[in-house]
Order: sequence, then C-alpha cells, then structure tokens
Amino acid sequence: MATQHSRTAARLMISPAVILLFLWMIVPLAMTLYFSFLRYNLLMPGMEEWAGFSNYRYFLTDPAFFTALRNTLVLVAGVLMITVTGGVLLALLLDQPMWGQGIVRILVIAPFFVMPTVSALVWTNMFMNPVNGLFAHAAKAMGLQPYDFLAQSPLLSITLIVAWQWLPFATLILLTALQSLDREQMEAAAMDGAGPLSRFIYITVPHLTRSITVVILIQTIFLLSVFAEILVTTNGGPGTASTTLTYLVYVQSMLQFDVGGGAAGGIVAVILANIVAIFLMRMIGRNLDA
Amino acid sequence: MGRITLRNVSKRFGDVTVIPPINLEIGDGEFVVFVGPSGCGKSTLLRLIAGLEDVSGGVIEIDGVNATGLPPARRGLAMVFQSYALYPHMSVRRNIAFPLKMAGMDPSEIARKVEAAAAVLNLTGYLDRRPGQLSGGQRQRVAIGRAIVREPKAFLFDEPLSNLDAALRVNMRLEISELHQTLKTTMIYVTHDQVEAMTMADKIVVLNQGRIEQVGSPLDLYRSPANLFVAGFIGSPKMNLIGGPEAARHGAVTMGLRPEHIDLSTSDGTWRGTVGMSEHLGSDTFLRVQVEGLGMITVRTGGDSGLRHGDAVCLTPQPGRVHRFDADGKAMA
Repeated sequence: MATQHSRTAARLMISPAVILLFLWMIVPLAMTLYFSFLRYNLLMPGMEEWAGFSNYRYFLTDPAFFTALRNTLVLVAGVLMITVTGGVLLALLLDQPMWGQGIVRILVIAPFFVMPTVSALVWTNMFMNPVNGLFAHAAKAMGLQPYDFLAQSPLLSITLIVAWQWLPFATLILLTALQSLDREQMEAAAMDGAGPLSRFIYITVPHLTRSITVVILIQTIFLLSVFAEILVTTNGGPGTASTTLTYLVYVQSMLQFDVGGGAAGGIVAVILANIVAIFLMRMIGRNLDA
Repeated sequence: MGRITLRNVSKRFGDVTVIPPINLEIGDGEFVVFVGPSGCGKSTLLRLIAGLEDVSGGVIEIDGVNATGLPPARRGLAMVFQSYALYPHMSVRRNIAFPLKMAGMDPSEIARKVEAAAAVLNLTGYLDRRPGQLSGGQRQRVAIGRAIVREPKAFLFDEPLSNLDAALRVNMRLEISELHQTLKTTMIYVTHDQVEAMTMADKIVVLNQGRIEQVGSPLDLYRSPANLFVAGFIGSPKMNLIGGPEAARHGAVTMGLRPEHIDLSTSDGTWRGTVGMSEHLGSDTFLRVQVEGLGMITVRTGGDSGLRHGDAVCLTPQPGRVHRFDADGKAMA
C-alpha cells in the first residue's frame, strides 16, 4: 500500500495531529521565552517593558539558584539510586513463587496511586512529625531522642518520600523484565557452575539493563519537576535547604509576583533538563538499542 | 569416565506421578537416546540427571558416587538446551568461556581452550559476534562449544535439533555423532524423533508415560520390540498392527507387520486389496492398501512402482517377519 498516492494521503491525514502537537509545545514555550525578557510584575500590572537579559542575570546570580540547582540534582540522583536498587531487590523477591502473590503485588503498587500531596502529608504528619510521628514514637520507645526529619535533614526526608512513591514504578517495570528472562538461560548458567550471585551479576543484571534505562529516563523526567512534596512538607526550607529549581521558579513568580523572573527561571530549568537528558542518553541511551 | 546409574528414581509434581520408580544403567562412553512421545517424561528424566529438578525418590549415581543431592554444577555434566540458552549479551567467545570463568580458570588457559573448541566446531570466524547475529546451526554449535570446553563426564542434550530445519538437522545429527566418536564421552540425548534415535544411538531407551518400555540397541528394538508401544513407535512408517481372526490365525491377539516386510504382487498373494493413497519418496513408495477384513495396511515398494489409486493388489507377509503380541500388548516368543 506504500504507493506515492497513499503516502501523500497519509501525510495529509496525519498533519492535523502533528500541527496540534507542535502548537501545544511551541506556544507555551514561546510565551515563556517572551515573558522572560519582560519586566513583568503582578503587583504592577500594565507596566510591562522590555528588560533584555536582566531577568536571567538576577535569577542566575540569586544565591538560592546554585543551592536549588544542587538540590535538584541531589534529589533526582538520590531517588534514582533508591528506586533502582530497591526496585531490583523487590522485583527479585516478588518474582519468587509465593502464597498470595496477587495481593502482595497490588500492595506493592499501591503507593503509586496515592497523590503526591496526600502522601507527603501522610509522611510529614504521621511518620516524620517529631511529636506525633511513628518514627518519633519508635525512637522514644527505645529511649532515644526523636529526630526532627524535616527540620534537620529536609532534602533527605523529601528524597525518601519521593522514593517511596516511585519505588512501585521501578519494581513493576523490573518485575516484568525479570519475568521475561529465559528460564533455560538461568539453568544453563547453573549447569555452567555459576552460583546465585554470579547468576545475578552475569545473567540477571545484563538482562535488566534495558529496563533499568527506561526506569531512569522516565523517572528523571518526572523527578526534575517534583513540586507538591516540597510545598506540602518544607516550603523549600529551612532557608533554601530543600528548594529545587522548580520550587525556586514558583517562589519567584507566585510569591514574589515576578512573572518575568519566573519565566527566566523556567527557561533555565528547560535548558538544565535538556543538559541532563543529553548526559543520560550519552551514558545509558545505547542500552535501548536492540 | 561417565557412568550413570539410576536406582528407583521417581518424580512427582504434587499428586501427579510423572516418573514412577525406574532403574537404568548408562555405561561410560555410551550414546544413549531417550525417545518417546511428547509428555512421556523424557525431558524430566534428563533434568533429574542434570540436577535441575529434585528427585522424589531413588538414587542417582555418577561414576559410582551418589549425586542425588548434588547441585547441577557439581555433577560434572554439561547440557545443551532446546532453546540453546545462550547468553544474549555476551559474545560467542565469552559464552563459551563462561563455564571456565566460573570455574576460576586462568585467563590464558581459558583463551586457549575456547580457541580449540571453536576450531573443532568451525566457529573461529564468529568468536566476536553476539548469539543474535548467528544462524540456528551456528547457535547450536556455540551451545555445544560451551558444553565441551568443560570436559564434562557426560553431555546431556535436550531435543537440541528440534529448532533447526530438516537439512540442517541431518547435518547436525552427523556432527554430533562425529563429536561422540572423537570425544568418546558419555552422551544422553533426548528426542521425540525416532529417526534421530535410530541413527545416533548406541542404546535407545523408549519411554512412555514415565515408564521405560524397552532398552536396547536400535536394531534390537527394530527387530524384536518388546511390546506394542515400542513396535508402533520405532520404525517409519509405523508397523501395521492387525487384530481379529487374522491375528488369531497366527496365534496372537495382535500381529504386527512392518511395511517393508510385505511382498506386493498384482496376481496372487495371501491378502487382496485396493490401493488407496500413496506417498512417493523417490527411492521408495509407501502404498496405503485397503485390505478386506483387515483395514488399511501400509506397504513399502520400490520408487518406480506403477501402481495407481484404485488398482487391485495382492499382499503376502514375508515369513518369519511377523511380530506377535498377547492380550497385554507384550511380545510373544
């Protein structure tokens, strides 16, 4: 059916969707870019004027910027490390034949269905609260001083909450990958004298690399824009200890009413995301090739 | 050395008995083929010997040492799987080297052995390719290479040729037989294909529903099948099995007669019939003859037989070639 005629018809028919998608992407981006060059403050509406690169200058020289940049990368890397290692281990456990497998798997997936705001609230108030939290109670029961997670190590706490949410995703993807591992390969390795650890290193891990790559790529996209968990738990504080780039953009535009500065921050975040994406594709992208 | 003895070995999956207690002796250097229809337990039996399944009862001895509880790696056996089970992310070289690496062998020694194995199997040019870039026959050879580098006490083959096309299968059959001649190592080979069994084996073990029906050399099984099952399974096309008064006339409940042991004539003979379907193979022709009172009888005749559908023919069983079976299906002396 690939005649010249059918190809032209196909292009014609697919074009509305392509055009719509293109506009969907380009209009917000263009507007953000436009705003980022304006002096645009919500407290002074109607006073917009061309500002050149001053928004960028202010955003990039803001002392909070480098903290936010560092925090963003630490958060993403931390969550990735926890979810990938934890995901592999959990998937290995869940792959074992056991009683009540279906129910256990649903339980494992459950955190993924909890909204970020809700899970952050639950964690802050029921687990990490230094007075009422379960961890505090546990510490007191053992005669220890309760630890104020969100005040003393806010970024770590948020990393843990986000990791808890994303662990099911990693587990699920890696579990399906494990299930597609050829049983005869494992048996062949066993006959070849490979113990459980060698089998894991030489057979399971290479088999999982592609799925791990997918997990890392997808999670990075979503983790760069983590917001609700920070807003609900620490508001980016204490100080800027848990402010990420996304949160800084929010502070700039919604708390300081500086839309121009916020837009400049947004563009910086887009550039950062692209740099991360390029690095990731360089490092692990070739795993996706069949 | 590679003497394997099974004593009352049995296997149950839950309440289902897959293999009732069986005894089997496999001598050093023998080429033994387990043959039977699918689901007869032949692969399970092989996996029991390999240690990939636990026995439910009985003892497996390898070279006189009780190996029943040993993990697969410590039994000193090598296995070639039906799916080849090559490691897809490793080059051919690393695939073949894997068992040696696991054994902690010196890298230069490993390299030497891999080269030697590759030379034997005509894989030298392919050592740096991945299994995904090889043809079926080459993958098969890599799997065999991975088995021979370990210099095992015995090779276990689990239907290794079933994924190959017909021409390649004949080639690989010869190669494996030649390998056995060179290495003189015990080989246990599982197949459902009785032609593979007949052509390769020193000793055939015919299995049916987990039971051993008969053990013997290919020609023993062909000439004197112990029961109806073996009679019907060994030989292609199948032996004609005839019951009723004609069998009673020979003093048996069922009589068996191979297609190649019937003389064909157009004028006179013991039975009269009409030719039905015929299969022309070039060298031979197999005629399906409808004989009154007996049903369909398959007859082998020369490739240039001029007989056509509907022709009347006469059949005569060759004297001394009739197999007789009693009511239990056992062969009568």
